[in-house]
Amino acid sequence: MTPETASKERIVVIGAGMAGGRIVEEILKRKDSLFEISIIGAESLPTYDRIQLSPVLAGEKTFDQIVTHSQDWYDANGVKTHFGYWVQSVDRALKEVVLHDGQRIPYDKLILAMGSDPIRLPLPGADLHGVVAFRDLHDVDAMQAAAERGGEAVVIGGGLLGLEAAYGLAKRGMKATVIHLVDVLMERQLDEAAGRLLEKALLDRGVISVLNAQSEAILGETHVEGLRLKDGRVIPASLLVMAVGIRPHVEPAKSAGLVVERGIVVDDQMRTSDPDIFAVGECAQHRGQCYGLVAPIWEMCRTLADVLTAKNPDSAYLGTSLATRLKVSGVDLYSAGQFGGGEGCEDIVFRDPGRGVYKRIVIKDDRLVGTVLFGEAGDGGWYFDLMKKAESVAGIRDTLIFGQAVTHALAGQDPSDAVAAWPDATEVCGCNGVTKGQVVASICAGHTTLDGLRGACKASASCGSCTGIVESLLKVTLGDSFKAQTGPKSICKCTEHGHAVVRKAIIDLELKTIPDVMQALKWQTPDGCSSCRPALNYYLLCAWPRDYHDDPRSRFVNERNHANIQKDGTYSVVPRMWGGVTSAKELRAIADVVDKFDVPMVKVTGGQRLDLFGIKKQDLPAVWADLNAAGMVSGHAYAKALRTVKTCVGSEWCRFGTQDSTGLGIKLEQATWGSYMPHKFKMAVSGCPRNCAEATIKDFGVICVDSGYELHVGGNAGIHLRGTELLTKVATEAEALEWSMAFVQLYREDAWYLERTAPWIERVGLQFVKDGLAEPEMRAVLVARFLESQAVYQIDPWAEHAPKSEPAKVFSPMADLRNGVSQDQLKECAQ
Amino acid sequence: MNAISLMNWVDVGHTSDIPHQGARRIETDMGAIAVFCTVDHEYYAVMDKCPHKGGPLSEGIVHGRSIACPLHNWSISLQSGEAQGVDAGKGCAPPVPLKVENGQIFLSLPV
Repeated sequence: MTPETASKERIVVIGAGMAGGRIVEEILKRKDSLFEISIIGAESLPTYDRIQLSPVLAGEKTFDQIVTHSQDWYDANGVKTHFGYWVQSVDRALKEVVLHDGQRIPYDKLILAMGSDPIRLPLPGADLHGVVAFRDLHDVDAMQAAAERGGEAVVIGGGLLGLEAAYGLAKRGMKATVIHLVDVLMERQLDEAAGRLLEKALLDRGVISVLNAQSEAILGETHVEGLRLKDGRVIPASLLVMAVGIRPHVEPAKSAGLVVERGIVVDDQMRTSDPDIFAVGECAQHRGQCYGLVAPIWEMCRTLADVLTAKNPDSAYLGTSLATRLKVSGVDLYSAGQFGGGEGCEDIVFRDPGRGVYKRIVIKDDRLVGTVLFGEAGDGGWYFDLMKKAESVAGIRDTLIFGQAVTHALAGQDPSDAVAAWPDATEVCGCNGVTKGQVVASICAGHTTLDGLRGACKASASCGSCTGIVESLLKVTLGDSFKAQTGPKSICKCTEHGHAVVRKAIIDLELKTIPDVMQALKWQTPDGCSSCRPALNYYLLCAWPRDYHDDPRSRFVNERNHANIQKDGTYSVVPRMWGGVTSAKELRAIADVVDKFDVPMVKVTGGQRLDLFGIKKQDLPAVWADLNAAGMVSGHAYAKALRTVKTCVGSEWCRFGTQDSTGLGIKLEQATWGSYMPHKFKMAVSGCPRNCAEATIKDFGVICVDSGYELHVGGNAGIHLRGTELLTKVATEAEALEWSMAFVQLYREDAWYLERTAPWIERVGLQFVKDGLAEPEMRAVLVARFLESQAVYQIDPWAEHAPKSEPAKVFSPMADLRNGVSQDQLKECAQ
Repeated sequence: MNAISLMNWVDVGHTSDIPHQGARRIETDMGAIAVFCTVDHEYYAVMDKCPHKGGPLSEGIVHGRSIACPLHNWSISLQSGEAQGVDAGKGCAPPVPLKVENGQIFLSLPV
């Protein structure tokens, strides 16, 4: 018999979401000429990865990047699509699906993949404008539009979806508050300790959590204005997102008379109460369970495809154990299985509040049954694998909590060896059902990067919890050639080289201009980008202070205009006040500038200087001239350079002060000002261990004591608070100055651009710094190189730099066509 | 700036007024316009306002035929004005027609 279309069995899929797209793909993968497949989707969009909507909302991905099955893909595979149509009813007697426009589509086998609907709380005001769910692209569009207007967002629901929504909105500049009914966020995935850490991590990202809070009414006339809680509190909101859960979409299965409980009831082969109708995904209820995560969908689709194509008619789906990973940038969170423990369970807990790391594993009868990981979740996949294998962990119990690397190392194994020993049939990626054999085959076929593999065999492409295993397979399969690509990260997309390689090449090959570096190291763009050019400019001026000509076009606007750009495009200016000391003359000059240029705000900075805000770009040269006339120079508050040296009053005035901390601060500032560095650099000198100048959170801090000076390094009060570590103790001011300059030069020559001293020291280790400065000869060489650079770069840009780097006229518009000019044009037209 | 309104080529200055790989600002009644010179000495003009938070694009770093906004580092195409990379499709700084004749820069502006 010829394979005519009419002879093919007709499969109709209702739902073009993740389950619908996947079941079509799985069927085609098994046998592509057996069926005539149609797919019906209510959204007029191709199939996209709904779990990736959070990164789209947060602006970390675009819609095109999350499309999994495009219209072209369906066309190329001969699948008929009905996007933008919804199903009115299913006629089981005639075996036809009736669409909303009356069109009838006959089927032999019908697959329901209709997903679920967001639950909308029946609160008063729920129909106001500005109340949305977080379910599809339309919701994301509405949320993005609201975020552009700014204001306050309230998200009801502190589960996975609600938190991702709130994070996305906060990242887009809204003030975001999450309202949660119970007292722990994500209580279905997290225990209390991890919940608290998550609350803190979200707060750091601008998301406020209000726990134990019951919503009562949504307030507003036509548009949402706020949310009132049962306890009377009112939280203002211009956008309200309901993310309280999902409900399986069961119409039209219900009206067609299929057995429906919470979801559409299916057996282990995904068959409903009608033998020709199947259901997969969130609309299905299997063994009493409805799922809202992706891994079960993939497993259901594989089982159903096996059954329908008769590839394995006895294939059975037996339920899925679940793992969750939160998609909030920088928050590493993983949870799987019975993390909460229970009868007969034992907990092993690891807690390091200093690093924000919390891990808990739950063991029952010597088997791993659950885990919660916060702060460091890289071992999630390994634990999950141990859980699924259900083998005894008694032999590795004492090291289990420290993760795979430690456990294997202590057992004398390379972690990769364990993976190497796996049989080919072992499943690596649970989401996409990819076995070790398939991953290795893809690697051998030339897909030798993680991204490449994700595209080729889909391993690690969904929830990402198997990424570590996939990387191990890359390492095992490729051997040494894998190491090359896991080296230091490249500076940016313009080059494959990392910072260290570039710095070394600049010295070894004596490269002295940015184009030289780009040519020698085969840059892939004509003139780099805003990431690599400022880095190269710094590396070159650090390496060749006398030969290199600074490139202002490769500097960030602040360093080019010698002032801080503010959100409205105006600038702020900070004159240097040595050691935080000023005088009547300086204050008078500042006050005059404030009057003359209508400066809207003057503020004392954290570094004890005065900051003049709201200055127009074209006024900058005149402001500098006036401040210079009173003897003040630029405070470099805008530069990757020495900023300030904060001081207390020390022995000169203070009854506790042991040394002249103000005097030493002034000397330090005079020695080091104007020196460009990989990042901003702050110093402080405290006159006694009471530490009033807060020297222990500075890049270089001095604590004066009776017997001399304690020198501290690597403090940071930025995003990650870090206290200093003691570098050494010296007896005299001269030594303190020498060590400070040697330390600065070591940092200048070794750190990567935009790496502050704290992460630099964490990367290279304090011992590297101590070793580099230990010998007097080494310090002398560093100080000499520092002074050589200072001879060139210790200049006041306010006095000299503007005429040197670019004419002062560029601070004014090139032409002003407001009023007048357009009138002239009119006249010309009239003539 | 729709097609019906009268457009006119307006002389705004000489190419030498614009730093290589830099930009200058032109004030107009429609708002400021940024005129750029690329590494290959090509000239482009777009409205001087980043579609993200209104940052002055004339103060960004010019790379290739793109400008990196100084406020939050969005990358904007100087040819189309469209945001690029991860922000593609999220906004546009409208381009302004520009021509160079004998070293003079002309912008096409409504009269």
